Amino acid sequence: MQIQLPYSGLQWSDIPFLLTGIYHTLLLTVITVVLGTLLGIFIGWARESSKYPRIMFGPLIDVVRSIPLIIQFILVNSFFAMAGFPASPLVIGGVVLSIYMGVLTSELVRAGLRSVRPELKKASRSLGLTYWQELFHVSGPLAFRAVFPGWVGTVIGVTKDTALVSVVGYVELLRASQILINRSNEALLVLAGTGLFYFIICYPISRYSRSLEKVLKHD
Amino acid sequence: MFGYTFYWSIVWEKVPELLQGAKATLELTVISMIIGTLIALLLSLLRRQSSGIGMRFAASWIELARNTPALFQIYMIYFGLGALGLHLSSYVAMLIALSFNNAGFLAEIFRGGLQTIPKQQYIAARSLGIGSFKAYTHVVFPQLFRVVYFPYINQLNWALLNSSLGMIIGLRELTGATQAAQSESFRTFEFFIIAAVIYYAMSKIIQAGARFSFWRLVRE
Repeated sequence: MQIQLPYSGLQWSDIPFLLTGIYHTLLLTVITVVLGTLLGIFIGWARESSKYPRIMFGPLIDVVRSIPLIIQFILVNSFFAMAGFPASPLVIGGVVLSIYMGVLTSELVRAGLRSVRPELKKASRSLGLTYWQELFHVSGPLAFRAVFPGWVGTVIGVTKDTALVSVVGYVELLRASQILINRSNEALLVLAGTGLFYFIICYPISRYSRSLEKVLKHD
Repeated sequence: MFGYTFYWSIVWEKVPELLQGAKATLELTVISMIIGTLIALLLSLLRRQSSGIGMRFAASWIELARNTPALFQIYMIYFGLGALGLHLSSYVAMLIALSFNNAGFLAEIFRGGLQTIPKQQYIAARSLGIGSFKAYTHVVFPQLFRVVYFPYINQLNWALLNSSLGMIIGLRELTGATQAAQSESFRTFEFFIIAAVIYYAMSKIIQAGARFSFWRLVRE
């Protein structure tokens, strides 16, 4: 019979546990990036093109950017509980981070749309393009070039911010590694591995974004 | 739905504790920004060199700070150094981690700003017989100020928000104090709404103050 001591060292069987953590981190990142980008494009476009959405979404953007994410997670979590629909940590994380990413993206989209010269828009409208045709074939592609590097930066930010969802009980990579540290007492080894994972994801993306910025500037 | 009764009086009693936490938050933010700025100035100068140990050291610091979660950096200082036998209090650990993070982000801001200042400014200063150190402090940095001012304030705001991570390692800054205060009554929502309002106010005051002082400084 084998007896497990409370402090047992790292074992091979811990790897699936960490892999699950990585899976949870990536899952939340992908959900957030997809929903956040769609939301950001919508809010950015709406705020740029008419007056009421500009006023309506203003406070949301202001508040989301001035309150720590941790508090946003806790508030939304207890709000769902109060409303009588306790939601899973993944849902809480997905909702809060998507709104957060949407807000950051919407500001980029707005700046991108504003960077398109009005003469170009007028020229394409006078050529007989409808509003939507102009948006999709002229303004959109031009704005995309201005928005893309900043958007990549936001994706990196959100990847790192998934680590904070642990405050409402989501066991992503960093939380998983902390649990492992508590059990095995191998803080440095586990943390180094965890840091390496985030770095491997984020560093190439940030390099890519920087080189892209240079290329776009020289064009 | 919403069979919930808000219960505020218990929160009002604890407001002094929260304000005490807010004071710790501000203190952490300001000190970590000052340390971060000093290190960042050095890092951005080192990073501009084309090779050498200094440049590589600066590059690794900047990339590590920017490409890993702030919470990871805090864990590394708090648990990682602890494993090496260096046990820091959560306040000191938080201060070191935040300074490390700020230095990395600020160095990138300063580097971008330095690129907008022509190299000839430095060369001209040197040719007038000004030493290297003074050429930076008296000629280059004052010009840098205007360019990096708003990105700098933005980073100050991030530092304020990032300091909330102290809660996770048991620090009683605003978020930690709120967490502790609500644990007696479990009125989580009420307590954290107040904390959110305090954070919002601090963030707005920083931004308004920054805009006002920029207007004052540039006008003169």
